[in-house]
Amino acid sequence: MRASILSLSSVLLIAGATSVLAAGSEADFKAAYAAAEAANKQAGLLRNQWTVTAAALAAAKKAADSGDFDKAVASSKEAEALAKASIFQATSEKEAWKALEIR
Amino acid sequence: MRTASHFASAALVSAAVALAALTFGAAPSAVADDKPDPVADAKAFKNFFTQKFPKVKLEDFVNGPYSMSEDMHRQWEEKEQFPPYEFSLDIGKEMFSKPFKNGKSYADCFPNQGIGIRQNYPYFDDKEGKVVTLELALNHCREANGEPPFSYVKDEMAALTAYMAFTSRGKPFDIKIPDDPRALEAYQNGKRYFYTRRGQLNFSCATCHVQSPGGRIRAEVLAPALGILNAMPIYRSEWSGMGTISRRFTTCNTQIRGVPLDPQADEYRDLEYYLSYVSNGLPISGPGARP
Repeated sequence: MRASILSLSSVLLIAGATSVLAAGSEADFKAAYAAAEAANKQAGLLRNQWTVTAAALAAAKKAADSGDFDKAVASSKEAEALAKASIFQATSEKEAWKALEIR
Repeated sequence: MRTASHFASAALVSAAVALAALTFGAAPSAVADDKPDPVADAKAFKNFFTQKFPKVKLEDFVNGPYSMSEDMHRQWEEKEQFPPYEFSLDIGKEMFSKPFKNGKSYADCFPNQGIGIRQNYPYFDDKEGKVVTLELALNHCREANGEPPFSYVKDEMAALTAYMAFTSRGKPFDIKIPDDPRALEAYQNGKRYFYTRRGQLNFSCATCHVQSPGGRIRAEVLAPALGILNAMPIYRSEWSGMGTISRRFTTCNTQIRGVPLDPQADEYRDLEYYLSYVSNGLPISGPGARP
C-alpha cells in the first residue's frame, strides 16, 4: 500500500513539474483542457467533483481568453491532476468508508 | 513573484498529501459486515456518543455544540431567552396558515393538518420508491396546489420547517424503515454517504461529527452526529440567518472543497434518512440556534 501511495504521489509531483516546464500554444491548451474536462466529467459521474477543479478549469479558460497559453496549459494540467485525484478518492472510498463506521 | 505554475505545483503537492492521508486513514482495522442492520447501527451509534460524552444526557445531544461543555450550555440557555430564530418561526406560522390561491393550504397535504408530525420525517415512500423529506413534501404540496416550489436553501423553506418543527418540540424522532428492500438500500446509501470521504480536504461527515465532536474547526465547536438533525432548521450566527437541512448539507460539502449535489438529491435524502433513524428516540428541538 505504501508503495502505491508513493508512486501516486510521484506521478502527481511529476505532473506538477511538467506543468512548470510547459510552454503552451493554443493547440496545447485545447488538448490539455479537453483532458481535464474529461477527467472532471468522470468525477461527476462518480458524484465527486471538487470545487478546486472547477476553479482551475475556469482559470485555464480565462488565461486562454487573454492569450496567455502558458498559464492556460498549466491551469489545465492542474485541473486534470485534481480531477484524477477526486476519481481516485471516489474509487478507493467505495470500500474504505467502512473503516470509519461506528459498530 | 509566484506564477500560476507555482500555484499548480503547490496544489498538486497538496492533492498528493491529501491522497496519502486518504489512503493511510483508510487502512481498515476491520471489514464491516455488508448486511445492513439499522437497529444494531442505531444502538451502536448511541453507545458511541454516550460513552464518549458520559456527562451529556442523551436528550441533550440535540443541542449540538451547546451540549459539549458547561460553558457552551450556558450560552445556549442565554440564547434561548431571546432566540434568534423567533422571527422565522412567526413568518413560518403565518405562511403555513395562509391559503394557496386555490383555497387549500399546507394543512390539507399532511397528516394531522401538519401539526406535530416533524418527528416522522423523512419517511420512505413505497410509491415513489424513495425517501421523502419534510422539505420535499412541502414543495410537493405547493406544486400539487399550483404554487411554485420554494428554494430548498432559502428563508421561506426554513420558516415553514421551523414552524412545523416547533409544533413537534419534545416529540421523539420516530423514523421507520419499512420491510422493503428499497428502504433498506436507501438507509444503507445514506450511511455510506455519511462515512465517505470527499472533497479536496478528504473529509467525510463522520470526520467532523463522529471523530471530532466537541473539538474545534477554526472557531466553531463541532456538533456530535447524534441528534444533529433534531434541531433543524437552525439560525446560524455564521450565516446571519436561517438554514434548512439542505443548506447545511450543501455548505458542508462546499467547505471541504467538494462540489455540492443539488439540494434534495437522492444522496442527501438518503443521508437525512440515515441520520434521522440513528437519532430515533431523541426529541425534536427545532428550530435551533447555532454559533
